Amino acid sequence: MSSTFETVAGIIAETCDIEIGTITAESHAINDLGIDSLDFLDVAFAIDKAFGIKMPLEQWTQEVNDGKATTDEYFVLGNLCRHIDGLVAAKTA
Amino acid sequence: MRLEYFQMVDRIVALDPEARTIRMEGLVPEESPIFEGHFPGHPILPGVLMIETIAQCGGWLVLATLRFGFMPFLLQVKEAKMRSFVSPGQLLETEARLIHDGSGYAVIEGSISSNGKKVAEAEIRYRVVPFPNDTLREQMLATARRIEVPERFFHAA
Repeated sequence: MSSTFETVAGIIAETCDIEIGTITAESHAINDLGIDSLDFLDVAFAIDKAFGIKMPLEQWTQEVNDGKATTDEYFVLGNLCRHIDGLVAAKTA
Repeated sequence: MRLEYFQMVDRIVALDPEARTIRMEGLVPEESPIFEGHFPGHPILPGVLMIETIAQCGGWLVLATLRFGFMPFLLQVKEAKMRSFVSPGQLLETEARLIHDGSGYAVIEGSISSNGKKVAEAEIRYRVVPFPNDTLREQMLATARRIEVPERFFHAA
């Protein structure tokens, strides 16, 4: 079974036409991979479907806008995968 | 339908936010300035207006699902297919199914049929945001009444 990171990296590679070898857990989706907001919604939809979750993008955006979190918290892929695992765990709890 | 005003929905026939489905009707007018250019001597409904029709149909479903608390704006059109010509005077039945209610976005699959034959289909994605102002929300509610969206979907229970 693929790890969360492998699944997310595969989605990003396919959706955004990015070479999968360049995607790491330390990659920032925007700053390093150059994913724009429209493509990120494609990625979000694919992640929501793949994991059966609803990532709270509005809440995350609000936290960044309010200065309560940095974009690293949600856009660095290792961190994003940690949040996805949390949402999956909350769903199955 | 009033094509010049982008009024693609005449009437909601069925709307079930719980089942995530909607069906609506629209009669393509016999005459419109659009047909003068599209095309001279061969008037047909532009494919972009078929896509707009599907987008509006799904949009009403999103609006009703969210009880008119948020407004869906067209974000992306995927897998659009125009399967046959649509002529002036044709009655169109459009249906849509909400396949994902995401955070700040929504995705529907929709299609248009005429005389039981599918004429167009598309997947539509919307950015879903708070209404930018009260004027737009009031206009959407007024249109909702005109096209017979049940009032119980106007506000949260």
